[in-house]
Amino acid sequence: MRAARALAVGAALGSAAGAIFLRRRSRSRDRVALYFDDGSLVTVAKGQPEGERLLAPARELLAAARG
Amino acid sequence: MAPPADALAHLTEISSQIDAAVVLDREGTVVAATVDDERAGRMAGAALELFRRADEQREQELVQLDAALEGGSVFVVRDADRLIAATTRSEPTVGLVFYDLKSCLRSLGEAPAEKPKPKPKRAPAKRRTTTPRSRTTTRKKKDESG
Repeated sequence: MRAARALAVGAALGSAAGAIFLRRRSRSRDRVALYFDDGSLVTVAKGQPEGERLLAPARELLAAARG
Repeated sequence: MAPPADALAHLTEISSQIDAAVVLDREGTVVAATVDDERAGRMAGAALELFRRADEQREQELVQLDAALEGGSVFVVRDADRLIAATTRSEPTVGLVFYDLKSCLRSLGEAPAEKPKPKPKRAPAKRRTTTPRSRTTTRKKKDESG
């Protein structure tokens, strides 16, 4: 009985920690979404070949706005 | 056409998510901005560079983009001959921001609403005399006329 309870608590804590980890990971993932006139959408994320080429001016834009 | 400064003022008034915005032409010249000239120039340069690089990604024409970054998001929307770039806090309501930016660009291209002509003022109506006609009308009596 005690072992089952410990297992349940452990599973709950583990899933909560996993959710927090995934949320933080997704938050820190920089990405650019491009919308074209034919209705198509292309997403370029950090780490992809074109990622840094697009993310650099985007960061510059954000920094310029913040002064 | 709404003046660009007015359109941006309206934009920041209706959208609490937008921190800063700048309207620029296709050459990168600032048309209007919610920030000072120096920051607006830097924003316009970065926005144009970002849009040009992104437009090279495909043969189709790019109409808008958003970038989710650590610490905030940036948006760029293209109209016929203008671009609007804006920054927001982290995790904004993307669809709503795009809608507001497009509305702002559209308002810049719209013809101004004609003011209705003022109605010509009427001359004040003459007051009718309220005094009742005297009932004691003087009728000529037949016998008097002869």
